[in-house]
Amino acid sequence: MMKDTNCLKYLFGSSVMVIGALGAGQTLADGEITFVSQGGAYQDAQTVSILDPVAEALGITIRQESAPDAWPMIRTQGTTGQAVWDVVDTPPLNCVRGGNQGLIEELDFSQIPNAESMPEEYKTPYSVAYEFYSSVLAYNPEAFDGNPPQSWEDFWNVEEYPGNRALRNHPLGTLEAALMADGVAREDLYPLDVDRAFAKLEEIKPHITTWWTSGGQSAQLLYDGEVDMLMMWNGRVSAIINEGADADFTYNDGILQNTHLCIIEGAPNQETAVEFINAAIAPEYQANLPLHIDYGPGNPAAFDTGKIPDERARELPSFPENAERQVLMSYEWWASSAGEQAERRWLEFMQR
Amino acid sequence: MKATAINNNYPHVSHRDASLGYRRREHVLMLLLMSPAVLVVFVLLLIPLGWLIGQSFYADGFSLEHYQRIFTEGIYWNTFWVTFRISFIVTLLALLMGYPIAYAASILPRRWSMLVLALVILPFWTSVLVRAYAWLILLQRSGVVNESLLGVGLIDAPLALVHNELGTIIATVHILLPFMVLPLYATMQKIPSDLIQAGASLGGTPLHVFMRVFFPLSLSGVLAGMTLVFVLCLGFYITPELVGGGRTVMASMLVSRNIQLYSDWGAASAVSVVLLICVLAIFYVVSRLVPLEKILGAK
Repeated sequence: MMKDTNCLKYLFGSSVMVIGALGAGQTLADGEITFVSQGGAYQDAQTVSILDPVAEALGITIRQESAPDAWPMIRTQGTTGQAVWDVVDTPPLNCVRGGNQGLIEELDFSQIPNAESMPEEYKTPYSVAYEFYSSVLAYNPEAFDGNPPQSWEDFWNVEEYPGNRALRNHPLGTLEAALMADGVAREDLYPLDVDRAFAKLEEIKPHITTWWTSGGQSAQLLYDGEVDMLMMWNGRVSAIINEGADADFTYNDGILQNTHLCIIEGAPNQETAVEFINAAIAPEYQANLPLHIDYGPGNPAAFDTGKIPDERARELPSFPENAERQVLMSYEWWASSAGEQAERRWLEFMQR
Repeated sequence: MKATAINNNYPHVSHRDASLGYRRREHVLMLLLMSPAVLVVFVLLLIPLGWLIGQSFYADGFSLEHYQRIFTEGIYWNTFWVTFRISFIVTLLALLMGYPIAYAASILPRRWSMLVLALVILPFWTSVLVRAYAWLILLQRSGVVNESLLGVGLIDAPLALVHNELGTIIATVHILLPFMVLPLYATMQKIPSDLIQAGASLGGTPLHVFMRVFFPLSLSGVLAGMTLVFVLCLGFYITPELVGGGRTVMASMLVSRNIQLYSDWGAASAVSVVLLICVLAIFYVVSRLVPLEKILGAK
């Protein structure tokens, strides 16, 4: 995979050099980092809840950028050795894949004491969890008369639960759901049995009205009653419930996903970057995030700060009781060659 | 004798040379005026295009791997087949709907024909994205169309009108209809009404006159409109993406999937290049029949 971006590299490389030359003109203040996230309401929410307070506490300047898909830039900056970014908030798949290819710095966890209490599976050698979301089974309660589907097994059971269905047009999470529907226990999912997953997906394919591609589309499908049940991101369901839609979801069998913080190889402000990461995952700042957006804190210790009202905590995907009913997506598996091969089969599956 | 007199007035330059020099100066001026546009086209179109083509041959050095895949893997064939099938159906439907509209606009009094054309062009001011969502609202399970049909009792269960190929075709026809109507109208408007009157005065029935005189004269417009709609449809992206339900995969979507799913820019470039070659081939064939300026609306 990806022998591809070489030409891209040259183009980005040259623009990176231009930016680098511009940057060299001004002397970079010591306490300064460039932080990259995914933009939109999500980046606004973290600015208020985490970035601004951390900048103030550490006395540093945080320059923000956004990139919905950071991977091409990580690749370019890592391979040209012209890093302009320091810290990236991105799916751990990018951190692990980047780390394996020498594009992402290995983290020295002795410098990040706040990560110590976090569960091992919330960390990789290159990154640490920053926030949580989940791919959940959402449904229209009206269509099921008090007996809504509560697992992927129910989702696949078209006799007992008739109705229109939708899934995401993407292998990540969808293969996990198929295996759970086929009776694989949550703790035994990885490494995924890819053949079995695709076979199970073939079964449900005729009953899938729509394979959605954007979060907005999934919300619209449920909001307008176009489908009766679907896999979608918990934040999207909550948003339409707040708008008054007939919708609900269960965390049972949810696929818990997160984004991690990682540092670009050769980042210009390494020391500050490590300092920043440690502060950004501190429970007191992490606890602010769910007050502004429907995502859970990456550090579970945030639930013990007393900042998050109990009622709110129970709605969040990473709340321990909710997390127990879900499976944590293994980005390490998806970053492996087996994972990459599984991803490549998706297009073919969709068109058959 | 007159010529000699003129030459005497300009002893060093002949009349011919003067006009040549003037024309040359004019050409230089024209080039200067055009240079910003040329520069924009060069920087924003030709360079990226060259880059795209280069990339499509690149996989750790020069390689035909990406093209080989297109011609050997089923999903690529399938996608191109779906793309051409949808484009063909859309073109045909747009012609069937567009011809009567253009005809009406060409024979109605000016005030009315302007109204007809305005109604055709009006949706242009709304973005393609908004129109795709509008079709979703109309056609979906609990949409206006299904609810009305259910209410009247014509159907018992909602029809699957959208999130499939049918929905893609309906929405695409709507978006591309102006590209059919406008060239048709331009051609029809230029058909001299004398010819129609002559046909009628020679005893032709209206249908006969239409079939033997008007329709053949409008054929160049038909070809222009069909080419334009077909070619535009080949590259359609937003509509099939939003109302196609995920399984209606057109060539443009294959390009984006290759990048989103696999970050495979070479494969994506190769698909784009093949699509571009298809479009150029179509234009070439059509240009043997109708001048290109006509299709692109310059004349």
